[in-house]
Amino acid sequence: MIRNVEVLVVGGGPAGLCAAQAAASMGAKVTMLERDYVPGGQLVKQTHKFFGSEKQHAGERGFQIGRMLLDEIQADPNIEILPETTALGCYEDGVITALQGDKHLKFRPERTILATGAAEKFLAFPGNDLPGVYGAGAVQTLMNVAGVKPAQRVLMVGSGNIGLIVSYQLKQAGVEVAGVVEAAPRIGGYLVHAAKIRRAGIPILTGWTVKEAFGKEQVEGAVICQLDDKFQQIPGTEKTIACDAICLAVGLTPLTELCWQAGCEMKYIRELSGHVPVVSDDLETTKAGIYAAGDVTGIEEASSAMVEGKIAGYSAAASLGHSPEEAARLRQEAMEELRQLRSGPTGGKINAGIEKVKQDGGVVHVNLYRYSH
Amino acid sequence: MLISTGIPTEEDLQGVMPPAQRRKLGPVAMAECFQKIPCNPCVAACRQKAITMGNDINECPKIDFDLCTGCGVCLTKCPGLAIFIIDETYGADTALVKLPFEYLPLPQAGQYAMGLNRAGEELGWFKVVQVIKGSARNLTHTICLEVPKELSMEVRNIREGGYRDE
Amino acid sequence: MRIEEHPVLQFDRGEKVTFFYNGQEVEAYSNETIAAALHAAGVRRLGHSPELHRPRGLFCAIGNCSSCFMTVNGEPNVRICVTRVEPGMRVEEQQGKGVVTP
Repeated sequence: MIRNVEVLVVGGGPAGLCAAQAAASMGAKVTMLERDYVPGGQLVKQTHKFFGSEKQHAGERGFQIGRMLLDEIQADPNIEILPETTALGCYEDGVITALQGDKHLKFRPERTILATGAAEKFLAFPGNDLPGVYGAGAVQTLMNVAGVKPAQRVLMVGSGNIGLIVSYQLKQAGVEVAGVVEAAPRIGGYLVHAAKIRRAGIPILTGWTVKEAFGKEQVEGAVICQLDDKFQQIPGTEKTIACDAICLAVGLTPLTELCWQAGCEMKYIRELSGHVPVVSDDLETTKAGIYAAGDVTGIEEASSAMVEGKIAGYSAAASLGHSPEEAARLRQEAMEELRQLRSGPTGGKINAGIEKVKQDGGVVHVNLYRYSH
Repeated sequence: MLISTGIPTEEDLQGVMPPAQRRKLGPVAMAECFQKIPCNPCVAACRQKAITMGNDINECPKIDFDLCTGCGVCLTKCPGLAIFIIDETYGADTALVKLPFEYLPLPQAGQYAMGLNRAGEELGWFKVVQVIKGSARNLTHTICLEVPKELSMEVRNIREGGYRDE
Repeated sequence: MRIEEHPVLQFDRGEKVTFFYNGQEVEAYSNETIAAALHAAGVRRLGHSPELHRPRGLFCAIGNCSSCFMTVNGEPNVRICVTRVEPGMRVEEQQGKGVVTP
């Protein structure tokens, strides 16, 4: 049986939560698919206080924001949350299928908001498949959701915000951090995060990378080495680090499978960290009625994902005739919030990426998934 | 270089340090925030309206040291844990440094903690004069540390645990 | 190892339960995943790669990769990072590629 729904939100992370809330607040009936036991996405794992302004709940910790948003949408009679439900496919006739336990569900939504988030990137080096080589998200999940220490002494790879924050969180959890290696000559994340771990005694080695991981059954150590200005390893600079885990925080890439399947026009945009759907200012993709919000449109901070969620939610609701004037006004406000968040140097890369999305050319029309099976 | 090490240089610090004249008058805040990022809770937190950043949320905060009373509210609100309160009038030879702290265990007032500089290097054992616990929602605690006056611009952290009673 | 005290978080672990890992009884909590419970018990090697037989552990912990496949109650290829522990559950290291029997 195919269920008709008004607005289907795929993903219950920061973008999906805000999209659901925004659409429902305008009077739309929303159904949210969440693969985890409870929505919240990566917000539930963030123990640090968020940046931004009051509108994005700056100063509150990520997990507190997640809980607050969740409480609000759980209390909203216009929102139906389907946890432990993984979207499987997006078909040409607009039908979206999902798996809930052993049940196969089918939905025909009037509007769809894809807020599927991102996946972590990997790094090639000998020994990278050993137990003890984790994605930073896995370390956060073990440590901040389950309350389990992932290891005793960790080498962090990558100094973006995630690498810096997870190093801090490891120390808060009582795990030693041997150091942070960063291939680039500059620290990638916010310098306040860097200063915070630096003054706690965690070295940050810019111009260094992990050369190999060693160990028999699991990670027993790592060899790091220096890189030249062309990112080539400099022989003779190798150092051995004793550690029982290597945490990879080397970036994220948008999770766009459903966009591809839906047949959305896609573009590869380096600044946005991968293939992203081409979207309008309303965050509608080139497939009418399908919107995209959050990291799926390009990797950015959670605060921006929340605002994008609002924009997509208000736009979808307005297009269905729900309080169109009020929705347009609130969408405009959200767009101004987003403009401010992106107006500084850290937003420069994002803006450059978004410009490239808007330019002609570079569109990938091929529905890759249709041919790859 | 701050951008490659995470440690602010003397030059970086000069730009945000309250002048010596002002420090002689009582407690004052110092925001070690050197990078344009979209963030402004410190502005909203200040009751004296001493912290401003113009119209752009990406600007670095500017503290009007004449308006600042060193109350320390901004210290607990800064998401980057980058604001410190310095009181060089605390003792004849000592200053009080208030720093944000989010590790366990917490020291108790009267105990001694290993003071660390911005590189995490040891500076010596200093007396914890007071621990101001953050609320259940805020959870950033304030450690008030008595340090030799000449280290008021050096001490920026304490090592968690291993506290001494004397 | 479990985190006993955390400066920011409180963990809602649920009730104490036990399950079986390769026939051995392991203590766990009802709100945690099999992967978390095994980690807490010090088990990080979860299996071996089917062809080269290299040791395999947890990588993503959110069900994206397939590094943590184990056999649970006889069913192979279970992503233990997103599957909660249940009392009496039988979790076994998988040999080779799991064969799903209909």
